[in-house]
Amino acid sequence: MRMEHLNAEERASVALRALYLSYGYRPYQVSKFEEYDLYMRNKSLLEGEQILTFSGADGRLMALKPDITFSVVRNTSDDDGQIKLFYAETVYRAARGAYGFREIMQTGVECIGMVDAYAMAEVLTMAAQSLQTISPAYVLDIADMGVASGILEGEAVSDAQRGALMALVSAKNLHGLAALCAQLGVSAEAQRCLSALITEFGPLGETLDRFERLGLPAACTAPLRSLHEVAQLLEAEGVANVNLDFSVVNDMRYYNGLVFSGFIEGIPSGVLSGGRYDLLMRRMGRSSEAIGFAVCLDQLERFMHEKPEYDVDVLILYDGDGQAAKAAELARAYRGQGGRVRVQRSGDTAIRAAKTIVIGNEG
Amino acid sequence: MINIALPKGRLGEKVYALLAQAGYPCPELLEDNRKLTFENPEAGVRYFWVKPSDVAVYVERGATDLGIAGKDILLEYRPDVYELLDLQMGRCRMCVAGPADFVDDHAQTLRVATKFPNIAATYYSERSREIELIHLNGSIELAPILGLSDVIVDIVETGKTLKENGLSVHAEIVPISARLIANKAAFKFKSSEIRALTARAAEAVAERSK
Repeated sequence: MRMEHLNAEERASVALRALYLSYGYRPYQVSKFEEYDLYMRNKSLLEGEQILTFSGADGRLMALKPDITFSVVRNTSDDDGQIKLFYAETVYRAARGAYGFREIMQTGVECIGMVDAYAMAEVLTMAAQSLQTISPAYVLDIADMGVASGILEGEAVSDAQRGALMALVSAKNLHGLAALCAQLGVSAEAQRCLSALITEFGPLGETLDRFERLGLPAACTAPLRSLHEVAQLLEAEGVANVNLDFSVVNDMRYYNGLVFSGFIEGIPSGVLSGGRYDLLMRRMGRSSEAIGFAVCLDQLERFMHEKPEYDVDVLILYDGDGQAAKAAELARAYRGQGGRVRVQRSGDTAIRAAKTIVIGNEG
Repeated sequence: MINIALPKGRLGEKVYALLAQAGYPCPELLEDNRKLTFENPEAGVRYFWVKPSDVAVYVERGATDLGIAGKDILLEYRPDVYELLDLQMGRCRMCVAGPADFVDDHAQTLRVATKFPNIAATYYSERSREIELIHLNGSIELAPILGLSDVIVDIVETGKTLKENGLSVHAEIVPISARLIANKAAFKFKSSEIRALTARAAEAVAERSK
């Protein structure tokens, strides 16, 4: 098997597998479908997510997986100690703004157990290296949801209002934030801090330093310190292109604390997303901490597709009657040299070949 | 080079004037021709005329880095983009309108005709009001006149069309104006150019509102 024979998606998948294995993560396979009941019980975490269902052999309602982390969490237990695993699976989600469902190839990493600074830095390093594997022109944005929570602590805002404020931070919508803060009666100080989450972004280390000088509320100190600790480990590890950017607001029902998302130049939406999901663990009745990320490979093919100059190296054309053995022999010889060889009867063909041999005319 | 999708029409021309003032001119754009793409390499900018309701699609899918879209479009389609600036142009209001004497007595399901089903559905679901949505593509004002719907949810600029058709505004849902939006990935990789353009456009907006 030669790497150049694989498409971009498969190449990335192989490279990512090697990367995760090198960090001692175990490959983990989940079944292609789950009982629908699993998603029903955790419906609040999958709000708006449509799920493809079908009846199982015994009449139970089954679902094609919209999410892998659920299955991983369900199939592991708090007694398993430190779990480090990776997967390469297909998930099925409703296509945004389109009709029907999309099949998405997803590769991801989960680290469950005790998640300390080392574990966070390790997972972030692997996230950055995953992006690097796909293209050197990447950016990994990281943030901590605890900072925004810290700013809003003591403000009289409901969960829904907090969600609306965070959506504006996520959209870098400064004018909308000012309007909503005024409408909700958010204090001028909290508004100043939330605005900083929009205006201040950039390389992790220096941007963190700027945040430390901003005089954020005391409740933000712990998450900022944790980011700082992680930043130092990443720097020592030589991880590049990591930005602090609070517009990374992943799902608040699922994630808490550290969140991150990765972008590749030329691909219009994020290809990697992840974070701490202790909250999901609690909701599923587990006490362990957890962090992980997933890389969506379905966009790679279109954006990194280099159309090969030739479909095959050698095209052997024969006329039938008595030339079969000769054609097979020639093909075997060329294949033996490692080439891609196609044999077919003469006639019009759209196949582009580096070399075309017509049996009878060869020589 | 920054690629910008401009909404075809009067609003797009006004927005272009603002961006030209901010230092991103491309005079060719104002010539009377049928071209859709215009480039000014010196200013580092490329403009495209796009149907207004499609701007968000071009930006979200990264066909252009930036775009100018009405808040109505952003609320209706909820594209995953950054909303960087309120250009304070093309101002209007998203309203509930109906016959002047109409009162919603909550006795039955409210029939709502609109071009903006998501905005209408969100507005009424927040108020726990059961509605029947009637999705139309134009001449929305006709719906209550012919009894097709009880009320409409639509953009109101001056209120003249409503008045001439015997309708009036019953509630304002949200004020609307043109917004500068950015593709999230483009923002990461053309960060300094996009920030510079946003800052200069913000200055031009402030200048104009003086």
